[in-house]
Amino acid sequence: MPQPLLELTGVSKTFGPVTALDRVDMQIGAAEAVGLIGDNGAGKSTLVKILSGLYPPTTGSMRFDGRAVHFGSPFEARAAGIEMIYQDLALCGDLDVAANVFLGRERKKSFGPIRLLDRTTMREDARRVMRELGTDIAPERIVGGLSGGQRQLVAVARALQFQPRLLLLDEPTAALSSEKIRVLMGLIEQLKARGVSILMISHRFTDILHVCDRIVVVRQGRIAGELAPHAQPPERTMAAMHAMMTGDALGVSA
Amino acid sequence: MSAPADATASRVPAGPMARFFRRLGEGRDNSLGLLAILIVLVVVLSFVSPYFLTATNLLNIGRGIAIVGIVAVGETIVIIAGGFDLSVGSVMAASGMIAGFLVTHGAPLPAAFAAALAVGALVGFINGAIISYARINPLIATLATLAIIRGLGYVISGGRELVISDEAFLTFGVGQVFGVPYIVILLVATFAVFAWLMPRTLFGRYAYAIGSSAKAAQRAGVPVSRWRIVYYVTCGLLSALAGLVFVARTGNAQPSAALGIELDVITAVILGGTSLTGGRGRLWGTFIGLLLLGVVNNGLILVGVPAFWQQVVKGTILLVAVLYDELRRNRVEEA
Repeated sequence: MPQPLLELTGVSKTFGPVTALDRVDMQIGAAEAVGLIGDNGAGKSTLVKILSGLYPPTTGSMRFDGRAVHFGSPFEARAAGIEMIYQDLALCGDLDVAANVFLGRERKKSFGPIRLLDRTTMREDARRVMRELGTDIAPERIVGGLSGGQRQLVAVARALQFQPRLLLLDEPTAALSSEKIRVLMGLIEQLKARGVSILMISHRFTDILHVCDRIVVVRQGRIAGELAPHAQPPERTMAAMHAMMTGDALGVSA
Repeated sequence: MSAPADATASRVPAGPMARFFRRLGEGRDNSLGLLAILIVLVVVLSFVSPYFLTATNLLNIGRGIAIVGIVAVGETIVIIAGGFDLSVGSVMAASGMIAGFLVTHGAPLPAAFAAALAVGALVGFINGAIISYARINPLIATLATLAIIRGLGYVISGGRELVISDEAFLTFGVGQVFGVPYIVILLVATFAVFAWLMPRTLFGRYAYAIGSSAKAAQRAGVPVSRWRIVYYVTCGLLSALAGLVFVARTGNAQPSAALGIELDVITAVILGGTSLTGGRGRLWGTFIGLLLLGVVNNGLILVGVPAFWQQVVKGTILLVAVLYDELRRNRVEEA
């Protein structure tokens, strides 16, 4: 692999007496899509939250785009080019679609000495990014009144609006109909083609097999192994994934 | 409330009126209903008492609501942002005492006003910091500062009130231009400025975002704790301003000033449609709520209802407003 976009070295995270992540080494290349799988509590979410700036790692180091990084907040991670789509979507139900898409990174215009929100531009940009996602949900709609699938699209639109280098997805298909899943998967392919790297957590192995170049299996806070889904028939990959997750076959050391 | 929800749902209305009607349809804005109640009340009272619709009486209502109204602007913003501030009355008294003390000891009026506002800002900062960083429930945190600040006011003053003789200070309270009292102009200006700022600035946008979901705002990169402090400081500043108006109107600064005023303030805010759980509310709703309270108070006096009963009526109005908020919220969440 040439220089990876993201490189984790010896990253651990403890919460009091609990070790959620134990000396994880991991790399993600440019335009690479990596699937992250593992049982509940294996450490997937913790890993992704460290990357998105929500938690600082207890020990270990992180390099992004060739530079050592320490994200003190989600704002810093987003500024570096890492967008995250949370499983619970992290939307504000009382705000409209445009306000949610631009939350934390509002567009502004000058009005004498004060900086005002540029609501017109934000509405137009939100409408455009929603169209790219194949939907015409009006930017003025209040998010609390949208369906689960529509909300998911708003969360995706928020991440895409800022042209991320790395997109983190935590169970992105959980609330979507099969048709919307196809749209989302097509979109992930498109993003890959544009050079965006993807790290996706999903319980739907078919999604992972479909879009990911590489699958990383986490077990009890450690990397249990890696798989290349395109190198072998899907059934073999599936079997190997299950074995690594439970750690009871194929001689995989946990 | 019935509104053309179906007609607007299929199209994409862009104008402010269209958005207004859509919000109405989604059950998110009850200001029109409140306005209707206000108009009915005004009509009824003007029949009951010939004195009601006179300019003198209407200006009395304006003067009566000015102090509560200025504080209600700050309280509305804090509640939209998912907070609560019970300490407003204590801050009013404390800042009034500071200004009164400085003026009676020969300090220039601007310095006295600045000191009073600084006290308000400081208490607001303390409220915000305790709530944000120590994660104390805002009701408890501001109940504590309510007691502390009120107590300090008594300790420092020895419980004595200060009589203000500074002409300029008193003029601020009773002066008028073209027949409109300064303090009514100040009230309207305060509402106008903040009602303009709320939808147009980060200050307003983040108040709604944090009140709607502090967690989501945090994850989107909004510095939630810092903004919370800003909202409590704003509320503290406006309380201090109201405290100055109180002293200017009454001509004396007393440690027991504005005792229990939080009941009126919170009633106006909730009556105006601001949701107790945060994320929703409008300043102009609060303004109508405030007018309604003012008219009810005035009406009770004109009709000759004993003063003790007015308290009972106010409490009942608050209860009804809260119940209505609860019903509306359930309806919106089911939709």
